Amino acid sequence: MVQLTLPRNSNVREGKKWPKPERGTLREFRIYRWNPDNSESPRIDTYYVESEDCGPMVLDALLWIKNKIDPTLTLRRSCREGICGSCAMNIDGTNGLACIKGLDQVSPVIKIYPLPHMEVIKDLVPDFSHFYAQHQSIDPWLKTETPPPEKEWKQSCEDREKLDGLYECILCACCSSSCPSYWWNGERYLGPAVLLQAYRWLIDSRDESTGERLDNLEDPFRLYRCHTILNCANACPKGLNPAKAITEIKKMMVKRKL
Amino acid sequence: MSSKKKTGNVASPALSGTAYPLIDHSFDVVVIGAGGAGLRAVLGTAEAGLTTACISKVFPTRSHTVAAQGGISAALGNMGDDDWRWHMYDTVKGSDWLGDQDAIEYLCRNAPEAVYELEHFGVPFSRTKEGKIYQRPFGGMTKHYGKGIAQRTCAAADRTGHAILHTLYGQALRNKAKFFIEYFALDLIMDSEGICRGLMALNMEDGTIHRFRAQKTILATGGYGRTYFSCTSAHICTGDGNAMTLRTGLPLQDMEFVQFHPTGIYGAGCLITEGARGEGGYLTNAEGERFMERYAPSAKDLASRDVVSRSMTMEIRDGRGLGKEKDHLHLHLSHLDPDILVERLPGISESARIFSGVDVTREPIPVLPTVHYNMGGIPANFRGEVLSGKNSDPDAIVPGLMAIGEAACVSVHGANRLGSNSLVDLVVFGKAAAIQCIETLKAGAKQPELTPDAGQSALSRLDRLRYADGDTPTAVLRLNMQKIMQSNCAVFRTGDVLREGQELIHEIWRAGQNIKVTDRSLIWNTDLIETLEYDNLIAQAVATMESAYNRKESRGAHAREDYPERNDENWMKHTLVRVNSVTYATEIDYRPVHTHTMSKDVDYIQPRARVY
Repeated sequence: MVQLTLPRNSNVREGKKWPKPERGTLREFRIYRWNPDNSESPRIDTYYVESEDCGPMVLDALLWIKNKIDPTLTLRRSCREGICGSCAMNIDGTNGLACIKGLDQVSPVIKIYPLPHMEVIKDLVPDFSHFYAQHQSIDPWLKTETPPPEKEWKQSCEDREKLDGLYECILCACCSSSCPSYWWNGERYLGPAVLLQAYRWLIDSRDESTGERLDNLEDPFRLYRCHTILNCANACPKGLNPAKAITEIKKMMVKRKL
Repeated sequence: MSSKKKTGNVASPALSGTAYPLIDHSFDVVVIGAGGAGLRAVLGTAEAGLTTACISKVFPTRSHTVAAQGGISAALGNMGDDDWRWHMYDTVKGSDWLGDQDAIEYLCRNAPEAVYELEHFGVPFSRTKEGKIYQRPFGGMTKHYGKGIAQRTCAAADRTGHAILHTLYGQALRNKAKFFIEYFALDLIMDSEGICRGLMALNMEDGTIHRFRAQKTILATGGYGRTYFSCTSAHICTGDGNAMTLRTGLPLQDMEFVQFHPTGIYGAGCLITEGARGEGGYLTNAEGERFMERYAPSAKDLASRDVVSRSMTMEIRDGRGLGKEKDHLHLHLSHLDPDILVERLPGISESARIFSGVDVTREPIPVLPTVHYNMGGIPANFRGEVLSGKNSDPDAIVPGLMAIGEAACVSVHGANRLGSNSLVDLVVFGKAAAIQCIETLKAGAKQPELTPDAGQSALSRLDRLRYADGDTPTAVLRLNMQKIMQSNCAVFRTGDVLREGQELIHEIWRAGQNIKVTDRSLIWNTDLIETLEYDNLIAQAVATMESAYNRKESRGAHAREDYPERNDENWMKHTLVRVNSVTYATEIDYRPVHTHTMSKDVDYIQPRARVY
């Protein structure tokens, strides 16, 4: 039997129970807290939110807590409409964006954790450096050899349609951090988000670097760690299907060898 | 060459006595902000071999450009005749003749090239049957100088900003720009001669202080929508660059002009693009009447945003609003072909479902005019150079300092911006700023040493706010400010209400002395960041209220009920406002509007009545 030694600070303990307001319909929040300034283990704090005084989304509740109870609660947020990808976190056991997850869609006692299997910087803020570096590694820009035309490159409606379901990715990492294969091999496996981005450029009719792009992915780890578990498609808050994009890349790999 | 040195420097601020580790950097160009304008400038200077740093408080693709929906205007003529001169006429008229026509000419004639360039960068624009960039109608965009609706707004479905921002980020990577992500800009470093030498920033991840020295510092920090209670703007839209400019003693321009977007989702405030009306959507009141026909007989629902927002406000005031409180109106899309909704308006269909529970194929969306855009900002010329606002020379520049995008007031939008003119403003002037840097800078040129105390005041401010131990939390002050701006500086304004707003906002401003910050950490201290942002917001709220009270006429987005007419004789001029957060003094001044064009290819467009 393999013996695993978990890091000391992976042991999450029961944290502070914040005062319960005396009136109103209350929602209970159990939120992961970790402060890098001291050597203490992470803890789960319990907060109570007055539903009538709070907006309809999980993010509204988190900001209600931050504004009214505990200003030290730390999270990323920006657009509050599901397009910037800042407030990705684990809500009730599922990755998603707090800003578009309705309080009516989650269980009465709401558990909030940072995205799983990413290093935590503080509370709900994980370190995205590696994720961003992987995104950069696929050369996320249009590559052409032909001198550009005076006006636009022409692209048929059919060719443009191939980008639908791909270009909408917001790099929130909900998919990658829900993928067991990425959990185990995240150092080398690019993961669903980055591979979806890779396919977005592979399939763009204007791009002239398909071969080079495929060469860059032809690797047992970078591409082939996808085992079609499909957590990615379930997690994506934009309704995209990274697993399908990965399958398409694998098909392109096969096709070019024929 | 860029250099980064750990000098072992530490700076001891007065209050805590604890030293902050200080890291010095030197670049040819430093850009603050990684939205559309910032990234376009960054990739231009980086491509030309100037060492370029881009500092952003969020990862680039999370900047608010990502939320732009409807499109980017340019007279490509893909969907019928078009001419950049018609675009220019529409923009001048939209600006209610407060825009500088030389800058507007620069914008409109360079727009097509800028859009083609974006397409070459890889932006996934929607397409016509011929494979060209798809263009849709938008408010105020016409053909032949107001005779008929133009299809000028280039779109990637209703996610144009997202498509552009992600593409520009990729291009910045391609050109090897150096990013400093999740760094919060604190203050500009100005030398004794008034030249900008760089800036101070806080690394949010580890609390280190970074002092950037640069030949040019470019502010691309966006607008300050979060001064209001209800806005389409993201939480990060706190106008940090505007506030940094104010703290150097330089003025901001035309701050009274705040655009209300006609269709924010009722309650949530999230944006529903004007493209929804461009594709055939329309507004109705409680009687089911398409009321815009009364207010703008020819353009109807596609009149300019200020006109539509005022008309909506009047309908609600006259008791024709919907709902229990009769406080909103309806936007109808259900008559449109469902395939069109899926193809061209998928994003807002989703937003309507999430935020108002509406299926747009069946029901109307409840909407309300919502704060959306700041026409005002840092006065700049069309090369991106910041203007100092000297009376002796209204076009004098501040050496070393530039401003672009929503943060800047170039002024191409004047008193009211047309929809889809913002994205094009970002890329045209982002590029213009890069060109200006390339033409005037030598890569790696030796820069004067900074004085040892350069940036010290920024540190003192940081330290003071970090340890602020008053009795009012930041969130309380911020909410009070937002409520005052919402009620006293709204779509319609009167002298009395603005006067009261002035008093109230000054009260809140001074109450800042009693601000309370709870988190003392230096690692991801969002309590501190929000406090720094609030300190930035309140100065701009004061600037906005002062400027609005001062302008005694109605023009574009500034509608004074006590002065309902535009008054070109006395008020065709830019407001300049200075705000001193130490003495709590404010000062109003003016700059003449440019009444000339850039070239001889087009004549100055004479002011006339603005009817849609």
